[in-house]
Amino acid sequence: MDTSLFLVQLLNGVQYGLLLFLIASGLTLVFGVMGILNLAHGSMYMIGAYLAYYFTTLTGSFFLAFIISGSIALLIGIVIERFLIIHLYKRDHLDQVLLTVGLIFIFNSIQSFVWGNDPLGVEVPALLSGSIKLTDIIEYPIYRLFISALCIVVAVSMYLTINKTKLGMMIRAGESDRAMVENLGVDISKLFTIVFAIGVFLASLAGIVSAPIVSLVPGMGEHVLISCFVVVVIGGLGSIKGAFVAALIVGIVDTYSSVLLPQISSMSIYLLMALILLVKPQGLFKN
Amino acid sequence: MNNKKKAFQSVLPATVAACLISMSSSAYAADNSDPIKVGVMLPFSGVYAGLGESTRNGLKQALKEQGNTIAGRPVEFIEMDTEAKPARAPEITSSLVDNQHADFVVGPVHSGVAMGMIKSIKGKDSIMIIPNAGANAATGAFCQPNVFRTSFSSWQTAFPMGKEAYDMGYKKIVTMSWNYGFGKESLAAFNESFTAAGGEVVKKMLVPFPKTEFQSYLTEIASIKPDAVFVFFAGGGAVKFVKDYDAMGLKGKIPLLGSGFLTEGTTKAQGPASEGVITTLHYADTLDIEKNTSFRQQYEALYGKPADLFAVQGYDAGQLIAAAVTATEGNTSDKAALIKQMEQLEIDSPRGAFHFSKAHNPIQTIYLRKVVNGQNTVIKTALENLEDPARGCKL
Repeated sequence: MDTSLFLVQLLNGVQYGLLLFLIASGLTLVFGVMGILNLAHGSMYMIGAYLAYYFTTLTGSFFLAFIISGSIALLIGIVIERFLIIHLYKRDHLDQVLLTVGLIFIFNSIQSFVWGNDPLGVEVPALLSGSIKLTDIIEYPIYRLFISALCIVVAVSMYLTINKTKLGMMIRAGESDRAMVENLGVDISKLFTIVFAIGVFLASLAGIVSAPIVSLVPGMGEHVLISCFVVVVIGGLGSIKGAFVAALIVGIVDTYSSVLLPQISSMSIYLLMALILLVKPQGLFKN
Repeated sequence: MNNKKKAFQSVLPATVAACLISMSSSAYAADNSDPIKVGVMLPFSGVYAGLGESTRNGLKQALKEQGNTIAGRPVEFIEMDTEAKPARAPEITSSLVDNQHADFVVGPVHSGVAMGMIKSIKGKDSIMIIPNAGANAATGAFCQPNVFRTSFSSWQTAFPMGKEAYDMGYKKIVTMSWNYGFGKESLAAFNESFTAAGGEVVKKMLVPFPKTEFQSYLTEIASIKPDAVFVFFAGGGAVKFVKDYDAMGLKGKIPLLGSGFLTEGTTKAQGPASEGVITTLHYADTLDIEKNTSFRQQYEALYGKPADLFAVQGYDAGQLIAAAVTATEGNTSDKAALIKQMEQLEIDSPRGAFHFSKAHNPIQTIYLRKVVNGQNTVIKTALENLEDPARGCKL
């Protein structure tokens, strides 16, 4: 492998890693703040992608579809938290699993009922289609670079929100001591609604921006969920910084292993997870 | 304790009686007014649900053409959802075969499920008709007298492309597929005829199933610069691969060839990226055969949507049942006689007429197709009346 090829593969890895971060960030945020493990996170990714398909077909504009789908996702997040998740705060993790697995089945049925079982696709918006020449022989799709840029924007905004704003302060306080925050007069239930809605929004956002480069098929959410868990577990449950670092590591390891060690590439990221957990049982960044 | 014992004693005779009744009813099955039982084992939920639905539609269309009665006997369907899970196959098969005494079992879509079914139906008094699952072994090493296939073997769908690719002037080719049975069998069949013609497979890439992150592989293909690429992907993976291939700017430089599943039922989702992709398969929606035109018209009238390959294969399973039971004048109790009829039949399929090989796989024509305006258009016949080598079959 020569240097330019090596660098292009690095770009592939980073780009994949950033996308993984976008998908996983909402999962780890919700767990970190609320202690809720939302197994239906992958379903939100799927719903985002299908909504993007639906509104792109309806309006003819991907950017319009982007805004509408994102808003609907926020709304779905608020509704789910207000009517379902709210009953779980005083219960154990098994009840969370039961409810959120149930949601997976419901969203899969909705998907199958509304959009059918054939694979669907969304065209890359004209403004971002085409590719850039990286070397004499290798071109890179502009849309993928756009996704990477968007992921970086999301990562930076999350960092700034959590570390520099009042909402972020409350989130951080809620993470470390929920009871104390409540006693200090912060409306914790409103905070939880906001955080959960953001979590759902982030998953859907990943689905929306991925729609033009993936195929929309039944069960696409579950597949994503597994990679998501690997990222969250390696990074440390609940740690956003951890998820960012872990996503990049997973993306790069997965990319290079599929080229250099194809025999073990199907298990490379799980091996990585096992090794990291051996050394750091709580993940890279313990929350 | 005593109560339990009592309860058991009263249940026991009832159980025995029930067994006797069910036994006598199976012996009674030869009567001409009894229904012909057709077990249907297809995925009606999960990733393959769409394929299951098309197959069932086709099957029912064929029997509807007979007024749902064959040689005076009504047809009864017993439908089971396999969920495309191989682990469920033995249990469902034995319930259809041993409890329901199905005369025929039509299914499945998924090759893993097919292997489980074959093991359970081996030596039993039911005839299995596979309407899709293409694993070579089903009519190869694991072939059975009571197992027929109306679809294809993986080998048949990829073997003809090797010679075609070489004739198109491609000498160095990269092959790629998911690392699972259907994919590996397709690459092997392509490799067999391509190297025999004089070509060289410079690299074989196997992607873990069901991974669809193809960027690193495409980057490598770009750096190898082969004359062409031959791939096996199906369904959602096929959509993603063809779009990624185009987005990386490879389509204009390195022609993309594939087993027909790459562009079967996926071109709409692939959009312009699929234009010009060349594949081989035993069917094409646009096939200019009278039977195909009439079949597709009727299908659309019945179900309100266009027919696809899976509907054709289900339809032919239905035609096979109808023709065989007609030939035995409604007698389904003598399975050996029924099988003998099936082996001699010629099926007037929308893909063109075919009959069965000794291993019970269709001897059929494979077409070379190219995507033009979103449709698989037949360029020419790749190989006429191609018979699967049925390696390891002793029938």
